[in-house]
Amino acid sequence: MPKADIRLKVNGKSHRVEVEPRRLLVDCLRYDLGLTGTKEGCSMGICGACTVIMNGKTVASCLTLAVQADGAEITTIEGIAPGEGKLHPLQQAFIDKGGFQCGICTPGQIVAAKALLDYNPKPTKEEVREWMMGNLCRCTGYYKIIDSIVAAIGK
Amino acid sequence: MRDFEYLTPNTLKEVLDILDSKRDEVRVVAGGTSIVPMLKQRLVAADTLVSLQNIKDLKGIRFATDGLHLGATTTHREVEISPQVKKEYPLIAESYSKVATVKIRNSATVAGQLVQADPYQDGAPCHIAMNSKVNIISKGGKRTVDVEDFFADYYMAKLEPNELVSEVVVPKQPANLKTVYLKFLPRTEDDYATVSVAVAAAVEGGICKHIRIGLGSVGATPVRATAAEKELLGKKVTKDLIEKAAATVKDQISPLDDFRGSGAYKSDMAVVFLRRALEKVLEG
Repeated sequence: MPKADIRLKVNGKSHRVEVEPRRLLVDCLRYDLGLTGTKEGCSMGICGACTVIMNGKTVASCLTLAVQADGAEITTIEGIAPGEGKLHPLQQAFIDKGGFQCGICTPGQIVAAKALLDYNPKPTKEEVREWMMGNLCRCTGYYKIIDSIVAAIGK
Repeated sequence: MRDFEYLTPNTLKEVLDILDSKRDEVRVVAGGTSIVPMLKQRLVAADTLVSLQNIKDLKGIRFATDGLHLGATTTHREVEISPQVKKEYPLIAESYSKVATVKIRNSATVAGQLVQADPYQDGAPCHIAMNSKVNIISKGGKRTVDVEDFFADYYMAKLEPNELVSEVVVPKQPANLKTVYLKFLPRTEDDYATVSVAVAAAVEGGICKHIRIGLGSVGATPVRATAAEKELLGKKVTKDLIEKAAATVKDQISPLDDFRGSGAYKSDMAVVFLRRALEKVLEG
């Protein structure tokens, strides 16, 4: 099958990639672009480990074809920190509040939380819980994840 | 998954030409949340995928005198958060908001959900309760079908290989309509329903003047509970009548045994949830 030439802007940087149409966005980010922060957990769009922000909205990158992202602006976990040696308030909150243990779900959690605060800068705790339903965690039991996100509100 | 040719036409006419010429060898992709998992699991094969992402004609939410027009590739999220849909067609906004999680709803589309024809989905019961129509186009022409008549079997919509759903229309409803969607979720909030019930009804002077009931997760296709509707329409609303009506659904449904429960359990629950839904919209 002919390969597709796609253009992606990832974390502010433009990339041009040649991909098979069946290439998943998660694999394109991880292996074609070397951005291995995004993880693949369930491969079914349920666990949220593969969450990235595409054109301002969270998507499951394991269910998105790379060709569907042609021309898109994408933010991955690597693009959350505001600069070299700095942390986004969400990232600092996850450290301060103990929002992660093994860390495998954490990139997805932070990207999803960033998308929430972009959409609604002052969510209620209930709104945080509802939004974050799409990000599963096997370690923490979720309380500290929610506490971390709530702690980052307004920062 | 097997590789495929990926086409991104810019006009609706090109899409319809491709569907007409390639038929069984081509699949349409909108958001991808249904077809990509199926391709990954090799439940579906396609030599060609034609993407609707550039087709502007298929996008949008339009409020017209005849009702609510949902463009085929409008996302669940767009419908869910629309203030006007929430105000004028709350059952529809509610049904999309109940699907999976935000990230899925950002991609999943109105038409994609119906064409997937998964009987466990949230959309169909609510659209059935609202008497929604599916507008279908092809190179040859166009047709309209009621949502309740759109499903043939599990994962089989009544759609020819060269046809495309262009829009879903929710007709204007009676002024004093009350609606409810009850989704029984004994497991997790992001799951498909164990059973689900959507009711749209209007009561005047204690008499049930309008009633439509859609049931989900109750068999190979979504079901319109016509027997229950018949029990209620034109009658004075009483607790006994509601119970009698709810009990009739057992004859119209055949839920499967699966990890969400046995068929028998789901049948019992369908009666319970229909009774609760009817109480909600018919009483007080």
